Amino acid sequence: MKLFGSGHGACPGCGLPIAVKSVLEGTGPCFVANATGCLEIISSQYGKSAWGVPYIHSVFENSAAVAAGIEAALKALGRKDEGPVVVFAGDGATADIGIGCLSGMFDRGHDILYVCLDNEAYQNTGNQQSGLTPPGSNTTTTPSGKVLPGKIKPKKDMVSIALAHKAVYVATASVAYPRDITRKAKRALEFEGPKYLQIHSVCVTGWGVDGKQAIPVAKLAVETALYPLVEYENGQLVRVKKIKDRKPVEEYLKLQRRFRHLFKHPKGKEVIAELQKIADENAKKYGLDA
Amino acid sequence: MKITLGAVSRPLESLKIKTGDWGTEYPVIIEENCKGCGDCVVYCPDLCIELVEVGKDEKGKVRKVAKVNYDYCKGCGTCSVVCKHEAIKMEIKELYRG
Ligand code: SF4
Ligand code: SF4
Repeated sequence: MKLFGSGHGACPGCGLPIAVKSVLEGTGPCFVANATGCLEIISSQYGKSAWGVPYIHSVFENSAAVAAGIEAALKALGRKDEGPVVVFAGDGATADIGIGCLSGMFDRGHDILYVCLDNEAYQNTGNQQSGLTPPGSNTTTTPSGKVLPGKIKPKKDMVSIALAHKAVYVATASVAYPRDITRKAKRALEFEGPKYLQIHSVCVTGWGVDGKQAIPVAKLAVETALYPLVEYENGQLVRVKKIKDRKPVEEYLKLQRRFRHLFKHPKGKEVIAELQKIADENAKKYGLDA
Repeated sequence: MKITLGAVSRPLESLKIKTGDWGTEYPVIIEENCKGCGDCVVYCPDLCIELVEVGKDEKGKVRKVAKVNYDYCKGCGTCSVVCKHEAIKMEIKELYRG
């Protein structure tokens, strides 16, 4: 039986199903806890479940806690061999609303793979900023206007937050590279303890990109070093995706409606320079330039 | 007597939702060009492409090509963009032709 199926309600070209099926390809049959968010809406409506694995959605903030309960129960019942426990939660559920439960899950050392599906805003309610929305992004809560050029603050560094909790495996991935997602999900399960995998996932409606452009846009996020693909095992950086001929961030920004104002706004140049600085710092920090 | 308590959600019930009528375009596989690499399969967000056997190649090896299940294809065009062998082209559905 398939672990995730057709007929789900994601927008044409959405990155989420690519991320989910690629993770499940790596984990095999597992127990899934899902936070409120796009994925929950598109895959779990009553009578229309797209899941071929045991699945639970409770509320927005507690998917890490629900998963912790499942993991502890499987352990107590001697049923750990029935499959790993996996969380799927969006960027808002992870970096904002559920960060307390996530911290607790890390802290108690549960044997769980936590997957953050990062489409960089609360997209199921129509593009409100989250802690993982990038600077300059136009959202309904950070609209670009006369004064502000979109969101001000940088993305929360969830990789560092996971590492600070001593998560045994911490990695980033992108829907631009589904086979890499599968490899990372598989690799993560070789470690016992809390694992964190953050996957950059294109939201065609929220970001304002054509369905056909979704994968090229996701690739550009990696090729500009705005979304570095990195992998830590037991706190050590073990692998990064190298970039040949790193591209300027404008190439990524200009394809998306959420950044369109940056090319006209009086403060746009400043924000683009700031984003380029973030990319340069990523490249330096992780040694991305090939 | 068997009673089902509460609302029971069963696996893969989504399969009864045919999303194939969402899009205005649909992909056409050009079989001669298809190398059976499976890239379109791993990228398709609607899990509606599979590789199917279509006989043997010159060396007697099983040849597989991509096949779309149009019941679910939303016409996003992702497959046509990721295919490196120009084996998928998008066409407008007859309903939407001018
Ligand atoms: S259609 Fe293209 S991407 Fe799909 S299997 Fe054939 S060659 Fe590969
Ligand atoms: S057009 Fe989109 S939904 Fe249809 S087969 Fe191609 S990738 Fe899948």
